[in-house]
Amino acid sequence: MALLKMKFTQQRRVRLAQGLWLLSWLAVMCGAFIFCLGVYLKTELLRRAEVMDNTEIHVVPNILMMVGLASIGTNWVASRVCQDSLDASRFPRWKVLLLAWFAVAALLCCLLIAVVVLSYALQGRLEESLKVGLRNGIRFYKDTDVPGRCFQKETIDHLQMEFRCCGNNNFKDWFEVQWVSNRYLDFTSKDVKDRIRSNVDGRFLLDGVPFSCCNPASPRPCLQYHLTDSRAHYNYEYQSEELNLYSRGCRQALIDYYMDLMNSTGPGVLSVILIQMSVLLSLRYLQTAVEGAMALENPEGESEGYLLEKDVKQTFEDCKAKVLDMLKLAQVDAAAAEVSPGAADAEKTVDNTTEKAASPTPAS
Amino acid sequence: MAVLRVKFTKTKRDKLAQVLWILNWISVVTGAILFSLGLFLKVEINKRGELMAERDIQYVPNMLIAVGLIACAINFLGGKICYDCVDTTKFLRWKLIMLPYIICTFFFTFCVLVGALMCYSMHGELEESLNLGLTEAMRFYKDTDTPGRCFLKRTVDLLQIHFQCCGNNGYRDWFQIQWISNRYLDMSQKEVVDRLRSNVEGKYLMDGVPFSCCNTNSPRPCIQQQITNNSAHFSYEHQTEELNLWMKGCRQALLEYYIHMMQSIGLAVLITWLFELSVLTGVRYLQTSLENVLRQGDPNSESDGWLLENSFMETARINLNIIKSLGKNNQIDTSNNGDPNINVPSTSKAHYGPDNVPPKQITEDI
Repeated sequence: MALLKMKFTQQRRVRLAQGLWLLSWLAVMCGAFIFCLGVYLKTELLRRAEVMDNTEIHVVPNILMMVGLASIGTNWVASRVCQDSLDASRFPRWKVLLLAWFAVAALLCCLLIAVVVLSYALQGRLEESLKVGLRNGIRFYKDTDVPGRCFQKETIDHLQMEFRCCGNNNFKDWFEVQWVSNRYLDFTSKDVKDRIRSNVDGRFLLDGVPFSCCNPASPRPCLQYHLTDSRAHYNYEYQSEELNLYSRGCRQALIDYYMDLMNSTGPGVLSVILIQMSVLLSLRYLQTAVEGAMALENPEGESEGYLLEKDVKQTFEDCKAKVLDMLKLAQVDAAAAEVSPGAADAEKTVDNTTEKAASPTPAS
Repeated sequence: MAVLRVKFTKTKRDKLAQVLWILNWISVVTGAILFSLGLFLKVEINKRGELMAERDIQYVPNMLIAVGLIACAINFLGGKICYDCVDTTKFLRWKLIMLPYIICTFFFTFCVLVGALMCYSMHGELEESLNLGLTEAMRFYKDTDTPGRCFLKRTVDLLQIHFQCCGNNGYRDWFQIQWISNRYLDMSQKEVVDRLRSNVEGKYLMDGVPFSCCNTNSPRPCIQQQITNNSAHFSYEHQTEELNLWMKGCRQALLEYYIHMMQSIGLAVLITWLFELSVLTGVRYLQTSLENVLRQGDPNSESDGWLLENSFMETARINLNIIKSLGKNNQIDTSNNGDPNINVPSTSKAHYGPDNVPPKQITEDI
């Protein structure tokens, strides 16, 4: 027995075709929306590409863009099919294409679901990528004279000011790297020499941060140097001072930003999945109803529409049998193998099984 | 002779009415755009309101908002009138209103032009306002504990970071004010006391700037303190150093920002003014051609449309006489010793309509 059978009068078929035409144009708009979403996400990721170590997270916007374009094309085809569906002379030429269409539409829905899953799953990878990227950025902050790294200072400064953050995890990350270039250190000064000598690697480390870590909301002018020394500044206590610098780390700030972005697109993507699924199901009903009507003596009469001709288990068995047959034919008869036509077709049931029974297995 | 006379057939009149209907609706949209531009300008000025002294600069966005609203209303009415003008019977409804409507719209277009010109003339007022406002804001930079001024530090810092500028005219403005609050000065230190004493007014002045003046494009970490002292920093020459701090003054930066905005808005208003003028011309032609059709009696015939019935000088003279006689209603006519019953032959030539052709003499058969 067929899956989810429904009766369709001529009027209902017409209504279905019209409704589906509108729905498929809506789905075209949704495809354009998904494409634009992908483009926006990609530009946002590319803007901060300098502080990211790898581009694994780019798979999310890439899939979105591909799916958007594909769904525009697919749903436009669906609208054409709807237009031709009520014309008995023009509908048959879509028959073969429809099978491929269903496969593509199902694939698009799966890809969209995969995108939603990926955007959560890749959070860890994004965090790793940012961790390494920011660490490098901070390490090469002073290398404004090295080609290839000369923009790191500007990038990190802008990042810290825009996202109101400081360092990788917090501002103490700046204490562990030399962020003042040797070009600007006076090596004749005793203070400088002492500091360099006291460090194992000969680096000039200090308990200070760049100016971009300064918080404008602080009531006092920014304290950048000698941060751990409460006596170096009047009326200053290092442990309780919160407003002087940005307290958030840049990695956390960026992760929050990107996760917010992807979460806010979640509902939109889910609704597009729903629309695509409804287009797919409606088109299946329309196809079976119209084909049923064309097979009747009176084309204007009632016909049946269904999702699958047999129920799920039997259709699955049929598909499996066909695939095995294809493999068997390919194995035994390599020279003169009849290649049975293309994709596993759920509708061509009775004729095909009899055909297979009749076709001789050459080896026997 | 009429000014710019054009012949109108019935179809041409109808088409003109339809086109004008559409154009009037487009004008409603442009009026709405004017309104939103005025609103946008008002919001932008209020955003930086803390940095502007009390000056009369709100009149420009207010004017734009008013003009936008009035344009919407006038063009909505115009659209209704033009819609009805296709049918001569419906035109009779509007006949008496049309001429006052056209005159009002003509004066309104002047207002639009004035609005556009205002956008270009605000330069001086704005500069004054910004100059005073920025000076005040920098003076109160340190007063983060005074209610009402506690956010000025943050405002000035964010302004300097966002607009990439420093001080009023340049970074040296910071040398002339005390921008570090006394709360954070250690009065027990000799250096601090010396500095305070060396200044006439007892202000703590230094050759340093706040961190927000730092230029992000500089290859070296920002030098904020002892800027004029070359020996205080390694490999540093204050006269040739350009990349360390932002060189532009904030007044200049803000002025450029607002001027650019107002020039774009002024251009949009000028284009709207030209559009309104053309719509007004169309409506005037429509009105005169329909009135002439009614005068001729046959609604399907050709008629003339014009901008003015007589030449400019004639029209001006006639209107001036009308205005003069309005004031003379209560005066006594002294030419006939005040007696209105004396028949004084008319000395002016008879006026027989636009073509000035005297009517044919009808000889009566007795």
